[in-house]
Amino acid sequence: MLDDFMIRAALAGIGVAFAAAPLGCFVVWRRMAYFGDATAHAAILGVALSLAFSMSIFVGTMTVALLMALVVNVLSGRGYAMDTLLGVLAHSALAFGLVAVSFISGVRIDLMAYLFGDILAVSRVDLSVIWGGAALVVALIGWRWSALLTSTLNEDLAYASGINPKREQLVLTIALAITVAVAIKVVGVLLIAAMLIIPAAAARPLSRTPEGMAVAAGLIGMLSAIVGLRAAYVLDTPAGPTIVCIAAITFLATSILKSFRHGR
Amino acid sequence: MSLVQVENLSVCYGARTVLSRVSLRVEPGEIVTIVGPNGSGKTSLLRAIIGAVTPVKGRVIQGDGVKIGYVPQKLHVDGTLPITVSRFLKLPGGVAVADIDHALKQAGVPDLAKAQLSQLSGGQFQRVLLARALIGKPDLLLLDEATQGLDQRGSASFYQQIETVRQDTGCAVLMISHELHVVMSASDRVICLNGHVCCEGTPAVVASAPEYRALFGTGTGGALALYRHEHDHDHGHGDHNHDHSEAAE
Repeated sequence: MLDDFMIRAALAGIGVAFAAAPLGCFVVWRRMAYFGDATAHAAILGVALSLAFSMSIFVGTMTVALLMALVVNVLSGRGYAMDTLLGVLAHSALAFGLVAVSFISGVRIDLMAYLFGDILAVSRVDLSVIWGGAALVVALIGWRWSALLTSTLNEDLAYASGINPKREQLVLTIALAITVAVAIKVVGVLLIAAMLIIPAAAARPLSRTPEGMAVAAGLIGMLSAIVGLRAAYVLDTPAGPTIVCIAAITFLATSILKSFRHGR
Repeated sequence: MSLVQVENLSVCYGARTVLSRVSLRVEPGEIVTIVGPNGSGKTSLLRAIIGAVTPVKGRVIQGDGVKIGYVPQKLHVDGTLPITVSRFLKLPGGVAVADIDHALKQAGVPDLAKAQLSQLSGGQFQRVLLARALIGKPDLLLLDEATQGLDQRGSASFYQQIETVRQDTGCAVLMISHELHVVMSASDRVICLNGHVCCEGTPAVVASAPEYRALFGTGTGGALALYRHEHDHDHGHGDHNHDHSEAAE
């Protein structure tokens, strides 16, 4: 069954949606959307380094994404506004990454595959990396769920309950780096943040509890992956962006639903 | 035994010292209020007591087995986070439904369990935060300007609720307030803070202290009058008329 590239692609998309859902909810609740973007953009530098030192792309991108997230963590609150800091870091990492890739001679790299993903070329090994990483992210967030939720609501309430919000922030940072590394093959660095944010935002009007929102985001993400792949096949469009388009249309639909409900 | 004892506490943010050599203690059952101008380190003091700020000098000693309930300053819940009041009260876990209902009743909002947190009014929200602090059956309640953003009626009614809770559970209260009238009428002891402890004592003593007058002026004489009036009442019965209880409900 796994011999069919469409099946592999669908499983890869579902795997990414699975990890992105709970993490994406926290990204939305904590207003970290730009943080996710910055981490993802830094991954292109990881791609360049992986190719230069011939290591696995997964390890390279995860390392750089993690470093990026940690640098942002450390630098935040030291004089620059957060969005300025992230704007500087995200775009410089992307630019340095693109420049670094151009230095690598010999191999002609299909840069587009890393910028926009190449979900139809997912191999069995890629698939196991994606599902392994996704399971790790979901397990990590599931384990820290209550503590993460408490620190998201209010840091001082978390301290008063004996939770260290800085440690929980680190958990999210690590989960984000893993997600970026596994999602790069599926949607590419430019659209990873979309897979995090759009399903979660689309799930918001449908949910009354945080857990419900995470599950709904997961379902919307998986549906977008399956429908998007099918649409890409029929319309002969690039697969990654098509998946994101389907998620965006779902967001539009649930938003309209919400305004109707409010209108009554 | 004191519930909590702060010894020679100093707190710095970078190069800026916000608290220097602050000492205080809270005894069981008393209401202690911290007053002070903006930036006087009131919030930092409470945050140091709950462990959110690491002091550069001094220490906070919590009595054996003393449980602290903390009510933060106005809390903003992002509209993107769907969460009901009862789920919020369950965090971070291990709270029975019966305890939640009881705490909501104690805080004066028994019907809010199923409401969405982001749709509460300011007054309801503060009471839900109070309920959250009460769930652990605290020996000491810490309130950080808990009535910020409430109108006079709302805040009077909130303080009355605190008084009721104190009578019912016997817990001590350490609170920050800028509403001097309420402070002076409801507190057993007042601590006037401005980076250091300027003066402390009963409301009458503090209100007449030159340090206090230097910070707040002499325009608070009315507070003292109110204080005298308030302490005419007897704590044994529940239906005495506070000035502020008439304004509420």
